[in-house]
Amino acid sequence: MDTVLIPGLIELDALSLARWQFGLTTIYHFLFVPLTIGMVLLVAGFQTAWVVTNKAKYLQLTKFFGKIFLINFAMGVVTGIVQEFQFGMNWSDYSRFVGDVFGAPLAMEGLLAFFFEATFIGLWIFGWDKLPKKLHLATIWMTALGVQLSAYFILAANGFMQNPVGFAINEERGRAELTDIGAVLTNTVAVNQFPHTIFASLMFAAAVIIAVTAYHLKRNQQIEIMRTGMRVGLWTALFSGAGTVISGDSLGIAMVNTQPMKMAAAEALYDTTTEASFSIFTIGSLDGTQELFSVRIPYLLSFLSTHTLDGEVEGINDLQAQYELLYGAGDYTPVIWLTYWSFRLMIGFGMLSTLLAAIGLWYTRKRSAGIPKWFYPTAIWAAPLPLIAMSIGWIFTEMGRQPWVVFGLMRTEDGVSPGVTGLEILISLIGFTVIYGVLAVVEFKILLKAIKAGAPEEDDSKPDDQKLAVAY
Amino acid sequence: MELNVIWFGIVAFFFVGYFVLDGFDFGVGMSLPFLSKDDKDRRVLINTIGPVWDLNETWVIVAGAALFASFPEWYASLFSGFYLALFLLLLSLIARGVAFEYRGKGETEKWKSTFDWMIVIGSFTPALLWGVAFANIVQGVPLNEDHVFVGNLFTLLNPYGLLGGLVTLGLFWTHGLIFITLKTDDEMKFRARMLATKVGVVTTVLAAAFLIWTLFAHHTDGTFLLGLILSTVAALTLVAALAANWFKREGIAFALIVGTIISAVSSLFVALFPNVLPSTIDPAFGLTIENASSSEYTLQVMTWVAVIMVPLVIAYQSWTYWVFRKRIRREQIPEHSH
Repeated sequence: MDTVLIPGLIELDALSLARWQFGLTTIYHFLFVPLTIGMVLLVAGFQTAWVVTNKAKYLQLTKFFGKIFLINFAMGVVTGIVQEFQFGMNWSDYSRFVGDVFGAPLAMEGLLAFFFEATFIGLWIFGWDKLPKKLHLATIWMTALGVQLSAYFILAANGFMQNPVGFAINEERGRAELTDIGAVLTNTVAVNQFPHTIFASLMFAAAVIIAVTAYHLKRNQQIEIMRTGMRVGLWTALFSGAGTVISGDSLGIAMVNTQPMKMAAAEALYDTTTEASFSIFTIGSLDGTQELFSVRIPYLLSFLSTHTLDGEVEGINDLQAQYELLYGAGDYTPVIWLTYWSFRLMIGFGMLSTLLAAIGLWYTRKRSAGIPKWFYPTAIWAAPLPLIAMSIGWIFTEMGRQPWVVFGLMRTEDGVSPGVTGLEILISLIGFTVIYGVLAVVEFKILLKAIKAGAPEEDDSKPDDQKLAVAY
Repeated sequence: MELNVIWFGIVAFFFVGYFVLDGFDFGVGMSLPFLSKDDKDRRVLINTIGPVWDLNETWVIVAGAALFASFPEWYASLFSGFYLALFLLLLSLIARGVAFEYRGKGETEKWKSTFDWMIVIGSFTPALLWGVAFANIVQGVPLNEDHVFVGNLFTLLNPYGLLGGLVTLGLFWTHGLIFITLKTDDEMKFRARMLATKVGVVTTVLAAAFLIWTLFAHHTDGTFLLGLILSTVAALTLVAALAANWFKREGIAFALIVGTIISAVSSLFVALFPNVLPSTIDPAFGLTIENASSSEYTLQVMTWVAVIMVPLVIAYQSWTYWVFRKRIRREQIPEHSH
């Protein structure tokens, strides 16, 4: 294994660098994805409301949140290319081993979803004055369809890594080969991960709408428009919060059935237990073997894992022993403190965000005395909660699978590119970190500027036919 | 016909499509400092590709994914082998894409010129690197017995590779300039036509040298005739495109240079076939359509997807080009960008 020595400081090998690079670029990419998935649906909803009711405020909401959507979309597009190239660049042995299976959903994503998104988003942005009203509305729905399809295919690809199905090992070629594309696309992990991802993305988009409208309502600006936006945001947050809980529950069952070690690691449950309780938090040793103090909800872990109060939940020790028999000697336990806390924080942040939406709905109901002052800044600062919850959720999903890159088939350490040096990965890691860091600052600045500017005023004067309605 | 042969063709199709489409985007980006006198000029140029650059760029994502699905060994050896070149390519594509979207979101001169330079560098770099990459694919690279690339970035910067890079750079630039003559009017159209002639003449010389080199060094007896035909077509269409450009027939010039790119890139794929990444260490270590391809079943599934989706994709993308077919003039540029 190639190693890079930063003199006197730290020794870094190609494997750790490649893992850091994947983690950083993927989490960064996924900062932009949820808002894209969620906001495209809400913008399409606003535009539909405008086409149906012809009320100007819906058009203003469409354009206002459409602008926020697009600033964010651009970053999602450009950082997405890195994701696809990275499998070949840093993980070429992984690509050799699973490409026959894993490449198919990726190629389908490109042909069915990416082309769709990229084409119709251009038509939507620049087509305001070139397409009839209803056809223009159709282009945002087509974009939305492309975005959701793209999410499905990439989750099917990820599902194969969590729970490999629809394949056979070809000993002669030394690789996994596709035998049933239907099984790959209907993988129980993908089927359950998809609604969970979509609902959580809607939660974040709703939280952004709530925060943005709260900013303007706090300053008594554009009250009618912002109030409508706030109500839409609050209802969406509540509805998608409930959806996230329900889909998360069935995803949990799928996880127990396919990767019991991940659930055991989520609770740091070492011994197989019936009537297992769930701890809200624990103070103890980092690896969770010694516990000093914890707050527990009885039966909850059994219920989450089996939907019965006395169901048996397998513990880490038993699973480790099983896996040693199955796969040979080795450590099959993920990093416990990471899985334990990420699982709790994901749920906690998501719940908090939903709770806030419920409170907001209570205060904005018809007979309410009005929204109290504290609600606005709270809503603004709480906007990132669903996004943080999702990032942490992915860290849990991916770290909980370790030491495997494809569960039961290939270890992460065996997937890294054999010919790429640690130095090369270090160079690209630094390069991506720098450009991503700079772009994050620029993007956030532009986003804040667009938010503070408020919804565009619609003037009734005839548009200037000489000019393009929309241009760079 | 064998499915891996068909998929070699489909992969070639996606790369040819990518070069035809994003090729003129690169050319437009490269032309920014050469054709513009003020900010409005630059906005005219950027808006000629405004609604379509994203869908054009998507072709490379689809080409890469198609490569992954149909020839995983090729994808793995190529992408890990050309590591730093692809890293530079990714940085360029990120810089260019973000710059299109964000340059109009600030007011100061400094803000705009920073993003303009990101577009210019983000267009020149990929235009050069794609040629370097494809020339090296045809020429072969040091692959060991496990199909692992054992060279580095400088392995790729050999004379044949660099000449290939200059050819794509010149071709995409000329292509973009002719596209500009088709999409603008008045003064801008005139400037683009003049520059297209100059860049085009230099490109013709470089391309002729490169195609002859390819023909004699990398075509086998079996592919020589087809290679000769494609190279001749590429050379003739390029000269004819420059003539049409000179005589102010923008539409014909554009169609002809599209023909040049299709035939020139196709001649490279023909020279490569049936290899996909030859090894310069030992021919036995190289990748071919046999030892690099996916299983029969995967190729069957993907063939169905391609047969259904590709015509649909071509249909709705053509419609987009139809919607945005009009020329862009200075007077049409609104005060604020979207």
